Amino acid sequence: MTTVASVAGLSGNPLTDLSDMLAYPFMVNAFRAGAAVAVVAGVVGWFMVLRRQSFAGHTIAVVGFPGAAGAAVLGLAAADGYVAFCVIAALAIAAVPPATRRAFSEESAVTGTVQAVLLGLGYLFVTLYHGFVSSVDALLFGSMLGITTGQVAELAVVAVCGVAAVAVLWRPLLLASVVPDLAEVRGVPVRLLSTAFLVLLGLAAAAASQITGSLLVFALLVMPAATAQRLTARPLAGVVASAAIGLVVTWAGLAVAYYSPYPIGFWITTLAFAAYLAAHLVALVRERRVRGGRSLRRPLVVA
Amino acid sequence: MNGAWALADPLGMLSHAFMRDAFLAGTGVALASGLVGFFLVLRSQVFTGDALSHVAFTGALAALAAGVDLRLGLFVATVGVGILLGVLGPRGRADDVVIGSVFAWVLGLGVLFLGIYTTTRSTAGGNAGVSVLFGSIFGLSSSSAVDALVVGAGLSLVMVVAARPLLFATVDPAVAAARGVPVRPLGIGFLAVVGATAGEATQAVGALLLLGLLTAPAATAFHLTNRPLRAMAAAAVLALAEVWAGLTVGYVTGSIPPSVAIVTLAAVVYALVALATRPRRRAPVNAAPIIRQSVP
Repeated sequence: MTTVASVAGLSGNPLTDLSDMLAYPFMVNAFRAGAAVAVVAGVVGWFMVLRRQSFAGHTIAVVGFPGAAGAAVLGLAAADGYVAFCVIAALAIAAVPPATRRAFSEESAVTGTVQAVLLGLGYLFVTLYHGFVSSVDALLFGSMLGITTGQVAELAVVAVCGVAAVAVLWRPLLLASVVPDLAEVRGVPVRLLSTAFLVLLGLAAAAASQITGSLLVFALLVMPAATAQRLTARPLAGVVASAAIGLVVTWAGLAVAYYSPYPIGFWITTLAFAAYLAAHLVALVRERRVRGGRSLRRPLVVA
Repeated sequence: MNGAWALADPLGMLSHAFMRDAFLAGTGVALASGLVGFFLVLRSQVFTGDALSHVAFTGALAALAAGVDLRLGLFVATVGVGILLGVLGPRGRADDVVIGSVFAWVLGLGVLFLGIYTTTRSTAGGNAGVSVLFGSIFGLSSSSAVDALVVGAGLSLVMVVAARPLLFATVDPAVAAARGVPVRPLGIGFLAVVGATAGEATQAVGALLLLGLLTAPAATAFHLTNRPLRAMAAAAVLALAEVWAGLTVGYVTGSIPPSVAIVTLAAVVYALVALATRPRRRAPVNAAPIIRQSVP
């Protein structure tokens, strides 16, 4: 929640302002860490949107909060708590059998219940151990201050591994996401891939939580990806665009938050939402021009 | 709260005004959440409920930052976004990516209001954000407890009156539309009621935990019976029992927040019932009698 408006003032010359801002090591670290989490969230988020797993993604993201709160209680690093709980939630959601033709959606009921209980657990940790109540806001809404160089290195490793995992799984994951039936016929292990993807989503969410806080990770997962899918139907271009949009809104959000009294989370989500609305306008204009053309909403896969 | 004494005399808790108020408000919240949750789960709109619960946070903080009654912001935001999400979608239901993008941004706005509130009015209470997120039912005033009961009863009445057409529109939208049921307005109206229920429940269990009260009793009810009206009633009764039990646990232990107790109890009951009813393959909800009765 902390902003550094008190130490910063705009001089009017963008270059001077930029070098002023980057003279602070914590800002340099924030930009580096922000780049790492924005890229991995953009790439993994693109598949989350493609697979229509926003609810699962949101739940996996927010349960990082009890993880971090529990880690603080035990005297561990918040990062360990984020990773443990996000991955556990991912495995729990993957364990619910896929849509058995029930009258109601058991999966979403389980997801919603798991989310509420784990968030309640986080609050219980906070109330039982009074010492760090003041940091609840930081756990939920993030902070760009106090990111160490060691953390930047860790986040970079997570980001590289995440993007590499997506690259390795690229073709089967794409096929299983768009036409699961065909993928199954072709011998792709759809269920296993789905679990692997949710775990990957958990790792990306855990990494991003450290910058944006548990409640706002979801913004970096969903909005750049939704924007990219509105702009292009080609998978590779979409993933690259998603990561690029995430990177731009994160960096711009950091810079604006540095010079404004308002928190980083507000700026990142607002810039991302503006990009999303702009993409909608662009797509509308394009669709009007290409009348009767194919839908731009779903990527086209040639298997 | 004296734990040992309370254990010896559980009924004695009702001699405290704050506990009577909590039970009054909790009753309204539970009935509305159970009935609305039934349709939320049946219509596979749990994610929309999730979104509206986060919107409640923003609404409450906006009202606090502006210095007006918290409930004004709460209900305006949740009902407004509920209607918006209904209007954006084809059958009064929005796409989950649209829902996600909208509420992620609204949550960001909430952070802005939290920032404004804590910097300009924080002497009033720095924990306002936390109590909106996780609930503070033991801190309600008597008049807001009565208000919560009245609003909860009103929302429950709306759901009972709308139950048949809404069920028809949910189970078979095409036939319902052909029979003259206004499917789209019903869908939008339902989301407005979900929004109001989220605002209502935020006061008791908090914006982050109310999703459990919406989903768990309803999902439990579906495991208990496949007759829709019975399941609807069961969801309301379960929610009521779980809220009362949770309030009691919160009072007796004194250290477990009542909202956490309520949500945990609801989840435990759901898990036990789901495991107990697992071996029998259940038929889908039997809506045929409802469709017959709701057709003019």
